[in-house]
Amino acid sequence: MLEHNNHIDESLSMAPSGTLQPQEWTPELIQQEIDALKDKPGAILPILHAIQDRFGYIPEAAVPIIAEALRHTRAEVHGIISFYHHFRTHPAGSHVVHVCRAEACQAVGSRQLEAHIKNKLSVDYHQTSRDNEFTLEPVYCLGNCACGPSIRVDDTIHGRVTADKFDRLVDRLTTSTLEVK
Amino acid sequence: MTVTVYVPCDTTALALGADDVASLIEREAESRQLDLKLVRNGSRGLFWLEPLIEVDTPEGRVAYGPVDPSDVAELADAGLFEGERAHALAHGLTGEIPYLKNQQRLTFSRIGLTDPLSIDDYRAHRGFAGLEEALTMATQAIVDEVKNSGLRGRGGAAFPTGIKWQTVHDEPEGQKYIVCNADEGDSGTFADRLVMECDPYMLIEGMTIAGLAVGATQGYIYLRSEYPIAHRMFNEALKRAYNAGYLGNDILGSGRHFDLEVRLGAGAYICGEETSLLDSLEGKRGMVRAKPPLPAIKGLFGRPTVVNNVLSLAAVPFIIDQGAQAYANYGMGKSRGTLALQLAGNVKQGGLVELAFGTTLRELMEGFGGGTLSGRPLKAVQVGGPLGAYLPESQWDSPIDYEGFAAFGGVVGHGGVVMFDDTVDMGEQARFAMEFCSVESCGKCTPCRIGAVRGVEVIDRIRAGENADANLELLSDLCETMVDGSLCAMGGMTPFPVQSVMQHFPNDLTRQQA
Ligand SMILES: Cc1cc2nc3c(=O)[nH]c(=O)nc-3n(C[C@H](O)[C@H](O)[C@H](O)COP(=O)(O)O)c2cc1C
Ligand code: SF4
Ligand code: FES
Repeated sequence: MLEHNNHIDESLSMAPSGTLQPQEWTPELIQQEIDALKDKPGAILPILHAIQDRFGYIPEAAVPIIAEALRHTRAEVHGIISFYHHFRTHPAGSHVVHVCRAEACQAVGSRQLEAHIKNKLSVDYHQTSRDNEFTLEPVYCLGNCACGPSIRVDDTIHGRVTADKFDRLVDRLTTSTLEVK
Repeated sequence: MTVTVYVPCDTTALALGADDVASLIEREAESRQLDLKLVRNGSRGLFWLEPLIEVDTPEGRVAYGPVDPSDVAELADAGLFEGERAHALAHGLTGEIPYLKNQQRLTFSRIGLTDPLSIDDYRAHRGFAGLEEALTMATQAIVDEVKNSGLRGRGGAAFPTGIKWQTVHDEPEGQKYIVCNADEGDSGTFADRLVMECDPYMLIEGMTIAGLAVGATQGYIYLRSEYPIAHRMFNEALKRAYNAGYLGNDILGSGRHFDLEVRLGAGAYICGEETSLLDSLEGKRGMVRAKPPLPAIKGLFGRPTVVNNVLSLAAVPFIIDQGAQAYANYGMGKSRGTLALQLAGNVKQGGLVELAFGTTLRELMEGFGGGTLSGRPLKAVQVGGPLGAYLPESQWDSPIDYEGFAAFGGVVGHGGVVMFDDTVDMGEQARFAMEFCSVESCGKCTPCRIGAVRGVEVIDRIRAGENADANLELLSDLCETMVDGSLCAMGGMTPFPVQSVMQHFPNDLTRQQA
């Protein structure tokens, strides 16, 4: 018999990357996310996270709705979204690849890995591959600095990534997405 | 008979395949019809051995690592479930591994031992003893303990924690806040993450004690969005702490009140700076505020606020439980207690090393780290994150202490130690420091916002061999302007790594690029 103490609830289980497909947004659904959080003090960051988590990005149309609900100007809301690297205003590919560009990863060859990844996916940072599979983003440290180079693919972090290991990962992700479709 | 096997679940262990290892161990146990108790413990912080799995034996826990999924079958055949120690990946009793045994773990005494989410495990290792003690103490007495411990902020600036608490304590009653800075933006640091993933109740306990001490009933943890696993783990720990009565309206039946909530950042390094963090929490762009007023007087939503790093708050339960003196007995000079040193970069044995202040970088990098991963000579080490100087070999023998490091332009900061071998191009590292600042500057002041962009350009010209002497002089001036003219340490310290390269590795900067 197997006994687990691994009593992390469903939402906590380390889901394989890429299983969360973003939903189509509508003004009503955006309003729903806002209403659920708007009474928190300093609600805008939680609201922006909720919207991006659910729809994959923050649609332009969300800006006036948020502004209205929080009594901000549209310019203020836009200014906040654009200040933070995490938020995006256009849909991403099926998978978001974050490559660590920070010093500890540099010390073990992340610059070469970075070049390999850009080449493999034929994209630069902040771009999405033509098949819409991968969006590439830089990140400055994932807290895996003792075992770099590190990348994050969706919510999964990978350590000691080599060019080969990255290629295998890409192959696995693209075949599994094809099966889902 | 039940066999207990531990497989860690922190980010690094998972990044190296711990989940696969765990399911393969289950499968092997099943095929052997063993009664397996699989515990997903936290990491011991011996990342070079991750995934480090352990098996309970009558003599204690026996360690195996690093265990690749492809090793599991062979290990099981070699007597893993019986704790056999003949296999090449076996390390004997975990507690006897020198890397672990030679540490002085006060704050990290529990990590890796326990299931991070189990309150029973936590309690079994003196968890919540500090809180129970604090509930019997006068508020001033709690503040005094923290003051007497000599604890200084572990987030970078090393300001005495007790004095900060005293200021908030002395403000008139009314809404006050405890804000935990869990932004951990520095490259080479992961100790905050380890606390949140591997011993989350310690932070909950530390923050609750802080709340009791200064009269704050609400706490926020500002966590970086780059840490998805810490986010999930910590939120689950919060839920359980509430259910068990350690948080909320009536903490352990005392009638005292403290609420805690996690807020996620959004990928901005500057939001680790405390005033910028407060702006971000309030729902603004994370812009740095001029001080005064201090956050302790006018902080979150204009109210008195303690802003402390994860490790500062995590040190508090030990201090209250064991007494200020027990903590102050460690360390040297005005740097009391222990520091969570984090060995990263090109290092053979990377991981967390908790030691009293006073050890040297060389002891750390050679004794614990075992030298570089590549096996090549070590060339430079950056201590204290991206704003810290690159230290050449002549500086590796200085004892680690805040004042001692400051005396030669070094930065202890958050305790990150990033090692580079002799293939590193220090000119490239200097350029990166400026580039990082140009990407991450909050934009409020000119020397930082414009200076960093100009810094990249000047370094590019120097590296291209254009008027090298004149441009080096320009770079010196620019660095001085940034140091003197910036509002916060982002612009004010970005020159440190650059100046250290100019001083100690000048040839790398001027050597012409192919
Ligand atoms: C640019 C910049 C980034 C910082 N990043 C962090 C950080 O990631 N984590 C942290 O605890 N402190 C960081 N700090 C230091 C904080 O401003 C502040 O000193 C600290 O949170 C206070 O807590 P402590 O006294 O417990 O260290 C940063 C400071 C600056 C100037
Ligand atoms: S030094 Fe840079 S980051 Fe700091 S306040 Fe000025 S512009 Fe902002
Ligand atoms: S520097 Fe890359 S994970 Fe920290």
